[in-house]
Amino acid sequence: MEKALLKNLYYRMVKIRACEESFVEPILNGEIKCPVHLCTGQEATAVGICSALRKDDYVFGNHRSHGHYLAMGGEVKSLVAEIYTKKSGCSKGRGGSMHITAKEQGFVGSVPIVAGTISLALGAALAANVRKEPKVAVSFFGDGATGEGTLYESLNFAALKKLPIIFVCENNLYSTHLPVKEIRPERPIFEIARPFGIATSQVDGNDVLAVFQEANKAVELCRQGKGPFFIECLTYRMRGHVGPNDNIQGDQTDIRPQSEIEEWKKKDPIKRFEKMLLEEKILEEKELEEIKQGIKKEVADAHKLANEDIRPRSETLNKYVFK
Amino acid sequence: MRISVLVQKLLINMSLNKRKLSYGLAINEAMSQLMRKDPSVLLLGQGVKSPWYVGATCKGLAQEFGGDRVIDTPISENAMTGAAVGAAIVGMRSVILYPRMDFMLYAIDSIVNEAANWSYVLGGASSVPIVIWGIINRKGEQGAQHAQALQTMFAHIPGLKVVIPSTPYDAKGLLIAAIQDDNPVVYIDDRWLYGLEGNVPEEIYTVPIGKGVVRREGKDVTIVGTSYMALKAVKAAEILEAEGIDAEVIDLRSLKPIDEDILFASVKKTGRLVIADGTWKSYGAAAEISALVAENIFEYLKTPIKRVTLPDLPAPASRTLEQAYYPGEKEIIAAVKEIVKNNH
Repeated sequence: MEKALLKNLYYRMVKIRACEESFVEPILNGEIKCPVHLCTGQEATAVGICSALRKDDYVFGNHRSHGHYLAMGGEVKSLVAEIYTKKSGCSKGRGGSMHITAKEQGFVGSVPIVAGTISLALGAALAANVRKEPKVAVSFFGDGATGEGTLYESLNFAALKKLPIIFVCENNLYSTHLPVKEIRPERPIFEIARPFGIATSQVDGNDVLAVFQEANKAVELCRQGKGPFFIECLTYRMRGHVGPNDNIQGDQTDIRPQSEIEEWKKKDPIKRFEKMLLEEKILEEKELEEIKQGIKKEVADAHKLANEDIRPRSETLNKYVFK
Repeated sequence: MRISVLVQKLLINMSLNKRKLSYGLAINEAMSQLMRKDPSVLLLGQGVKSPWYVGATCKGLAQEFGGDRVIDTPISENAMTGAAVGAAIVGMRSVILYPRMDFMLYAIDSIVNEAANWSYVLGGASSVPIVIWGIINRKGEQGAQHAQALQTMFAHIPGLKVVIPSTPYDAKGLLIAAIQDDNPVVYIDDRWLYGLEGNVPEEIYTVPIGKGVVRREGKDVTIVGTSYMALKAVKAAEILEAEGIDAEVIDLRSLKPIDEDILFASVKKTGRLVIADGTWKSYGAAAEISALVAENIFEYLKTPIKRVTLPDLPAPASRTLEQAYYPGEKEIIAAVKEIVKNNH
């Protein structure tokens, strides 16, 4: 794989991590009030999948979608401003963290109803099919969404019409506060696609190259009219379901054992990739540092801009209900 | 000059309106003309290929436009509606059809959470040009889950427009307007209107969403009708005329946006209001219309407002119970007489 590509994978993951972690302090001190679902620890799934896509493809997200937005090339400053619910936010302060869009980059949008956008991605794939465009639709959803009927309805229809859609389940082992073993029988999630005859696989979601390779395979098949495809990415949510950690309000809502968190810290997707890049002598320590510093500045500037921006004026309350 | 303009208008109307078509075929014509004109129009729903499920509304569409654009779907209302929404978000003009409106309840998430909110929550980055078409399957001993009229629920939701045509002319014109609208439009028709014949121009035309129409002018009382109850209101007015009561009938045609201007102008003139609506009474369309009048032009009312609606009950099966359940011209006439008798 060429250096520029690998560098770009690294760059995008670091960007997502830097953004996510930059929200922790403003959340804790109350500057950010809207619910924020951080994807720290899940960067490799977003970057691995989205790096296989083009800007004219259709990506749909969920409540935890900052990573998908950034991986598709959404602007840091519009995202940060939206999370502060400012006027210059990507959704003009109407959405907050859970409703974001970078349509021109192929990130059509995210909304927080669990499984809510799976069928929207299905429709985008259907549109591509009707128009005979070689486009791919991607739906990102979590393990929690496997409890929703619309997922199975969508799998059925996608298989029936051979639609160019990739169902990406980011299995971070927790459905809000509940471990996955309490919400479904102990069977691998990727197997739910099998009865529909959908090609399906499970990958190490903390290995960006593994995700990227699987995504490329899926994208290519979809573009050839051989969709749909299902990918389960095994990963871990390093922070709470909502906010920096689940004890933010002083209540023990997180039932994760500390030892489990420590184990997963060792599998940090960015550290793993960094180690590989250095060992294989693809990038030097200095280059990694340059990337980090550049991103640090971009994120800091975005917070500064967002802080200087105004919130939408009350007279504009009814704007955007209709086109 | 003025007379010649009138004559000209009359001639145009005569030439446009000479053709008769049934309500069901008027819908069919709107669909086929727009699918022919605009390749982005897409139709999904249960029964779009059926010879009976949706009346004549989808006749010939699958044959002419093929299975890619006319999709008879699996019974998966939630995902199929979501797919119609998703296709619309990326540039199609989707029409999703429910042969029995009751089935729409499985799709509430896609309609309310997704279609209605999408433009707003993303600051207008994309809109949802979708027509959400539900058929009221009233009567025929079908019972509660094949007969509900749920349009008021949708009229409650910001981000949705709701239209309720009662004539073949409006059925075609409002469907075209709905498909051409860049926003979600809930289009509710009634299967007992499908055989109704009326004037329908052959060309593509629109009936504006949010505009009612005066079906009959009068001075004693205003009867506001919705959907098939607008037809019942016209019948009631004809009977009342013989008894010396001059009723004005307004067909709202759209529940949302609602045509306040036409409503207020009529009530200001007559001072009395009867609302004839084929949905449930509590929190329904009739309640909303009453509130609008009471809130805005209370001083014009000479008598209390009367509501003729369904009772707050599930739809029964047995025909004797159906008879008691569905209001018609008799109930409208009784309501009119209650408020006209003392003050006429």
